[in-house]
Amino acid sequence: MPSRDITEDRHDADPRPRDITDMSSDSAPQPDKAHGGHDNRPPHLAHHFETPKQQFESGKLGMWLFLATEILMFGGLFCAYAIYRGNHQDVFLYGYGALDKMWGATNTVVLLASSLTMAWAVRAAQKGQQKLLIAMLVATFMGGVGFMGIKAVEYKAKYDHNLFPGQQFNAFYYESGKPKYPEKLAHAIEYIDGRNAGRGGASHGTDGQGGEHSDAAPAPGEGQVLQGAGHQQAEADAQAPAAVIVTASFAPPADVTNLAPPASPADAGVLDSAIDHAGVVQTPHAGHTQILWEDLSQTERGKVHIFFEIYFLMTGLHGLHVLIGMGLIGWLILKARARTFGKEYFTPVDVIGLYWHLVDLIWIFLFPLLYLIH
Amino acid sequence: MSDAHTNDDHNHGIGHITPVSLLVGIFALLIFFTVLTVAVTYVDLGPANIWIALGVAVVKGALVGLYFMHLRYDSPFNGLILVTAFLFLAVFIGISLMDTGEYQRNIPPPPTVRPVTG
Amino acid sequence: MSVIQDPVNSGVYSGQDQPGGTNYINHSKGVMSWLLTLDHKRIGLMYMVSVLSAFALGGTFAIILRTMLFTHSSPENPISDSGQELYNQMFTLHGAVLVFMFIIPAVPAILGNMILPLMLGAKDVAFPRLNLLSWYCYIVGGLFFLFVLLSGGLDTGWTFYTPYSTSTSTSVAAATLGAFVLGFSSILTGLNFIATIHMLRPPGMGWFQLPLFLWALYATSLIQVLATPVLAITLLLLLAEKVLHIGIFDPALGGDPVLFQHFFWFYSHPAVYIMILPAMGIISELISTFSRRHIFGYSFIAFSSIAIALLGFLVWGHHMYTSGQSGMANAVFSLITFSVAIPSAIKIFNWLATMYKGSISLATPMLYALAFIWLFTIGGLTGVFLGSLALNIHAHDTYFVVAHFHYVMVGSMMTAFLGGMYYWWPKMFGKMYNEPVAKVAWFLIFAGFNLTFFIQFIAGSQGMPRRYADYLPEYAFFHKFSTVGSYVLAAGLVLVLLNWIHALLKGKKAPQNPWGSNTLEWHTSSPPPHENFAETPTVSDPYVMGAWDYDESIDGYVHNPQKAQELAQQGHH
Ligand SMILES: [Cu+2]
Repeated sequence: MPSRDITEDRHDADPRPRDITDMSSDSAPQPDKAHGGHDNRPPHLAHHFETPKQQFESGKLGMWLFLATEILMFGGLFCAYAIYRGNHQDVFLYGYGALDKMWGATNTVVLLASSLTMAWAVRAAQKGQQKLLIAMLVATFMGGVGFMGIKAVEYKAKYDHNLFPGQQFNAFYYESGKPKYPEKLAHAIEYIDGRNAGRGGASHGTDGQGGEHSDAAPAPGEGQVLQGAGHQQAEADAQAPAAVIVTASFAPPADVTNLAPPASPADAGVLDSAIDHAGVVQTPHAGHTQILWEDLSQTERGKVHIFFEIYFLMTGLHGLHVLIGMGLIGWLILKARARTFGKEYFTPVDVIGLYWHLVDLIWIFLFPLLYLIH
Repeated sequence: MSDAHTNDDHNHGIGHITPVSLLVGIFALLIFFTVLTVAVTYVDLGPANIWIALGVAVVKGALVGLYFMHLRYDSPFNGLILVTAFLFLAVFIGISLMDTGEYQRNIPPPPTVRPVTG
Repeated sequence: MSVIQDPVNSGVYSGQDQPGGTNYINHSKGVMSWLLTLDHKRIGLMYMVSVLSAFALGGTFAIILRTMLFTHSSPENPISDSGQELYNQMFTLHGAVLVFMFIIPAVPAILGNMILPLMLGAKDVAFPRLNLLSWYCYIVGGLFFLFVLLSGGLDTGWTFYTPYSTSTSTSVAAATLGAFVLGFSSILTGLNFIATIHMLRPPGMGWFQLPLFLWALYATSLIQVLATPVLAITLLLLLAEKVLHIGIFDPALGGDPVLFQHFFWFYSHPAVYIMILPAMGIISELISTFSRRHIFGYSFIAFSSIAIALLGFLVWGHHMYTSGQSGMANAVFSLITFSVAIPSAIKIFNWLATMYKGSISLATPMLYALAFIWLFTIGGLTGVFLGSLALNIHAHDTYFVVAHFHYVMVGSMMTAFLGGMYYWWPKMFGKMYNEPVAKVAWFLIFAGFNLTFFIQFIAGSQGMPRRYADYLPEYAFFHKFSTVGSYVLAAGLVLVLLNWIHALLKGKKAPQNPWGSNTLEWHTSSPPPHENFAETPTVSDPYVMGAWDYDESIDGYVHNPQKAQELAQQGHH
């Protein structure tokens, strides 16, 4: 094994430059290193490091750099989130109805607790408390199990309501302005609208907004829509897309309804802003966040699936990191049982701990962004 | 970061040893903020809600970073890495968000919005 | 592996200057001693073999596509559909392979791995295992691209723009996975270099005693660590889009294709600096050494590397002026793009000032350095043209852009890489190359490159669009001229390769320090021992070369410790 040779070689030939000693002063004392032979060299100290402290600090620096890459990788998803939420607020207000904030909060607590036990495990390793170290690592691992268990329950509920991404599943797929799976869509709308309505407060579709609806040209199914039966709306979408869209009612119907395919981007801008504007007007912004299906403009309806995809991508990638973390902690448990770690050597516990805390830290941001939309 | 050398909890060995009381105290704070952030969603504050939620998340994240991840006692460079990562992320999100927001009104609507019947 | 093994087994390496007769190449034997090695020098060599193979592959694609462009269609002789498809594949694959597998890894992974720890007087990089893992990531990524080649190719362009990339039937999924894994290889290298430069600097080497090559590698690594993860998530999203049809980027599903370009260029513009910054680092070393003068404006060059790395993150939108990006963003990006010219110009002027009144030796590495200054100036200045909105709208997606980025990414980066290879070749292998042949090859490359690409500026300004398999007769002269130039360039590169192989097998024994430069890698034998330094080198100013005396008998420089001491004392006063 070549690394052995390395370790031995270095003691014959080693001493590092000592002519200028500004750096060696703050590293650990190294008295008879040059003559001492390898007995003095801790077994875990790699050949290219001078001191355990240097090795430990290097390991931590490496992990921090890796965590920076993790942040920027997740950052791409946060960016997608910010852009869709920033530009399509109502889509998010609608979609988040399918999520359960109590499950989210519970999972936050579970993950925070596992972060506590992880930090405690590092302390135990530093102090050489072998049993406590193993106990804390096991507790952390169980935190991961609990988190993923709750996540599984939540995913199951989404799956049952056709909200999963992928061509075959997601109820909210629109293509060319039509829902791809009208029956699934109706089911999903019922589920989410039901939950949104149950979130308390204002009943929807009365006063101002209702008025706008009734101003619109009569269309098949419009009457039922006003009563809040989302699934009929969905069917109406499927059957008579053009008519329904017209009923989405923007102020100057003469300009818009007679419009041929927009002649220039500027025209398209007018048309689209009119639609989005309609969506905004319909939104009961004044303190009520219970967006229902019929509050969404046609453009927005076609984007509801994107909320769920962002939800699944973010929590999915995060869940994957939890699983990887659990694997690493499992490996730490095996190593700890073999009494690998002690006061002099606990770098793996420390850096895997950093990784676990980062996974926690990312969840700390995911939780309010996904579950606490307001 | 001279704390790391003067703290009595550890005078030999490497790395900073965090006292149990501090760890548990931080955990309690984190739980408190979690409850707080959920509670705030039951009060309607308009657009302030999201900023409060994010603010609380930043505080929680800072607690995790400073104490659980030892940043408070660590080489400042490690903290700098974390801050830099967030800064570059902010550039990425900020400029993309600005641009997408600007061109949103230029996006043609989906085909069916162009009325077929009139 | 036979390429690496042969010289070892044939006993070419005599382990000169080593009492034990061993160096890192013959220190242990057998394929496994290479495949499981943790030695940064061996990993550098393995990278060299694999990256140069990728270069040969991508270069072949490039020659094929230039050959296809030698002729254009006419009513009697129309271009077939399959011909057009083949062309799309060739231009895509030449771009993807050369960008992800040659230009990005070449300097950091080959020369950086080889030289960075030596320049620090260290025994290895901070994380040797991650270093090896990075090479395996590279190989796995390469295998994905091989799979792409054999399974339907790729015709999206190297940029993978949606929605075309999610709808084409070619192997986009495999290619994105390949680029994803290659990204990890790049991240691991960058992470390792940052940690190494922070933690393994020897006593006496503060930040401002670092050789400028290391400053450049440090700045490069910052980009690798901060930008590459965004590429990773972009490719994952593209993959999800392709496989699950999630539609974040697909307008038919309510998504936003311009968003994909934001994602892609947030990585890929900084990636241009992953390509060029380490090349600039090499040039700083070469210019000082072969002018036998202390580098001029050390801290300006050092900080300009960092400035380029940071500013590079703020200009990605200049690739998107015509994509539907908002006017506001266009203006902001254009403005910041101009500012990148400042640190780049600072470097150029400091190199020129270093040469001023120097004792310039036109050895092969220096010829490449001079070629770099020439090519980079053209590539950089045309970049400023393209950064301005008005001209860009006109020149976008024409050969003007093609010429511009080839001057930077190929002309500049490749000449610096070749210069660095020649410069450190004696150190890496303990063998000298044939100098006259090297100069002829240099001339062919420099001439061939300019013949191929300068005329593309003209073709582009006349309106020749890029990425087309066919063109109007009025562009025929430009294309034929360019194609002939590319053959000259290829001939030069083949000559370089033959010269290197000849050097390995029959080359003259190299002295410890053939150039008289003072960075620490020249303070050990050529090639270095397994542990890098038999005797610990003394750190001193890397650009003070006075302590090296020329010795005719070995055609190299010998260190004079007494002079070194005197110089060190002078330095202190
Ligand atoms: Cu660019």
